[in-house]
Amino acid sequence: MIISVASGKGGTGKTTIAVNLALSLKNVQFLDCDVEEPNAHLFLKPVISETISAYIPIPEIAEEKCDCCGTCQEVCAFNSIAVLPGEIRKDGTVLIFPHLCHGCGACSCLCPLGAIHEVKKEIGIVEKGFSDGIQFVHGKLNIGEAMSPPLIRQVKQHIDSMKSVIIDAPPGTSCPVIESVKGTDYCLLVTEPTPFGLNDLILAVEMLKTIGVPFGIILNRYDIGDDCVDLYARENGIPVLMKIPFDRGIASLYSKGLPIIGYKSEYDIEFKKLPEKINTLIKKSES
Amino acid sequence: MVTKQMVIISGKGGTGKTVLTASLASLARDKVMVDCDVDAADLHLLLHPSVKERFEFRSGRTARLDKEKCCECGECIDICRFDAIGKDFVIDPVSCEGCGLCSRICRYGAIAMEENLSGEWFVSDTRYGPFVHARLGIAEDNSGKLVSVVRQAAKDIVKKEQKSYILIDGPPGIGCPVIAAITDTDLAVIVTEPTISGIHDMLRVIDMAGHFQIPTRVVINKYDLNPENSEKIMEICASKKIEILGKIPFSAKVPRSLVKAVPYVEFTQDDVTEEMISIWNKMESIIQEKKSSDY
Repeated sequence: MIISVASGKGGTGKTTIAVNLALSLKNVQFLDCDVEEPNAHLFLKPVISETISAYIPIPEIAEEKCDCCGTCQEVCAFNSIAVLPGEIRKDGTVLIFPHLCHGCGACSCLCPLGAIHEVKKEIGIVEKGFSDGIQFVHGKLNIGEAMSPPLIRQVKQHIDSMKSVIIDAPPGTSCPVIESVKGTDYCLLVTEPTPFGLNDLILAVEMLKTIGVPFGIILNRYDIGDDCVDLYARENGIPVLMKIPFDRGIASLYSKGLPIIGYKSEYDIEFKKLPEKINTLIKKSES
Repeated sequence: MVTKQMVIISGKGGTGKTVLTASLASLARDKVMVDCDVDAADLHLLLHPSVKERFEFRSGRTARLDKEKCCECGECIDICRFDAIGKDFVIDPVSCEGCGLCSRICRYGAIAMEENLSGEWFVSDTRYGPFVHARLGIAEDNSGKLVSVVRQAAKDIVKKEQKSYILIDGPPGIGCPVIAAITDTDLAVIVTEPTISGIHDMLRVIDMAGHFQIPTRVVINKYDLNPENSEKIMEICASKKIEILGKIPFSAKVPRSLVKAVPYVEFTQDDVTEEMISIWNKMESIIQEKKSSDY
C-alpha cells in the first residue's frame, strides 16, 4: 500500500501526519518527495547510508560535426537551444540553456548529422538511510535548479512495494505535487479550517480527481477557524479521517523536530487506526 | 519612472506569507499587487478583487494519438522519456511534457501536438489598487511561465499608471515558480517561523535568493512559539549579515481575520499590527535607498 500525504496549502501539517503515520506502522518505507524543501529527515533523523547523484540528460554539441542547420532549435519545445548561424554555415554557434532542458532527447534523436550527444547534468541528490527500522529516502534539489519533477521521479524509483510506503508531497497542486502523488493508492489531504485551507483543498481535490487517486481529508487545528471544511467535505461526500485540535504542546514538539506519537495516548490511538481506515476506503473506492 | 519590486517568499509553506502580504497591501500606498502563488493562490480571498480583464494562458502542447492512423509499431512508446504512452497506445496527458518527439518520429502521422489551455489570469481592481492574479489549470504545468506572465502584466500597469511599487506574494519552495517570482526584484522578504523546518527551509531559500543576487531580509513569524529557535534564527541571520525586519508574535486572532476575510492590520489593533506596520516602514526605507532600476 502506497499512501501519499499532500495539502494544497503549505504549512497545514503534511510532514507531521506523514511522519507520525510512518511511526505507527510496521515494515514501512518513507519517501520525502518535497525535494525543494525536504523536512521529514528533521523528525525521523535517519542515518544516511547511501547518497546518489541525480542527473538529467542535456545535449552537448560536437562542433566538428555541426553545420548549424537549426533543426535542434526547431524541434526543442522548451526553447533551450538557440542556433546562431554564421556567414558560412560552419561559423555559427549553438547555445544551450540547460536550466530550460526537460531532457526529452528530441534534439539528439533528430539531429541529421548526429552532432548531438547527451551528457549528464546533476540536479540534486537522492539520500537513503534508516531510522528505527523505517527505510528512509529523500531527494534534495540543488539550489538554483528550477525543475523538481525529474528528481521526484528518481526518488520514487526506490519504492519498495513489499513495504507500506508513505510519501510526503510538496505543497501546491502543480507538477511537483502531481509527480509525487501519481500512482499512489490513497492520498491524505491535510488542511485547516480557514478560507485559505478550504480554497487550496478544493484545488487539490480537483487535481486528485483528474489523476484518479482516491483521497480523504485530515483536518488539522480543527478548532482555529470555522466549519467551512466540514461543510465542504459533507456536501461532496469526502471522508474526514482524523481531526486534530490546535494544541500548543503539538506546536512545541513540531518546532523542536519531535513526533506527536508518545505525547498523548489519544493521538497514538488515532494514528494507529488510520491505516485500517485507509484500507477500508481503498477497498470501497475499488468496488 | 522608477518602480521597485518587492517579493514575499518563505521556502516552507504556511509560515504567513499571504497574511503579511495582505497587510502590506493595506499599508503601502501607490502600488500594484501580484499573486505569484499561481497553483494555490489565496491573496484574492483577502483583497476582494473585482475582475476587469480576463486572459487565457496558453502554454505548452500535449500529444494526441489518432487510433485510426496508428499501426501500433510501438516506436513512440520506446522513445518517450516520460512514460506518457501506455502499452495500449493511450497517451496520459498528465505525464506528457509536450516535447513532441513522438509526433515527429511517428511514420504514420498518427500523433498530433495540441496546444494546452493551461489556466487564466486576471487584472482586477481592489480598494488597495490594481491586482494581477491567476489560476493555473487543474493538473497543468508551466507555473513558472504563468508567474512571468502575471509579473509582466504588473509591469505594464505600472508603466501606464506610474506606481511606485510592485508587491509580490510568492510561492513556497525554491524551484521554478519561485525563481520566476524573485528574478530581478529589488527586495525579497523571507517569512520564517521558529521551528526546525522553518530554519532549514529559510537557509535554502536564503541561498537561492543569494544565487540570483536578490537583496534579502527576514521576518520571524510567531517568534514567541519557540524563543530559543527564534534566537537561533537571529544568530544565523547575523552571521550572514541579513537584517531581521521584524518579529511577529503568535496571535490566535490570525485565523479569525482570515474567516472575516480582511487584512490583519484592518481586523484588529494589537502588537501583531504594530509589528507589521514597523516591517512595512523598514521595507519602504530600504527600497527607497536602493539604487534605481528602471524599466
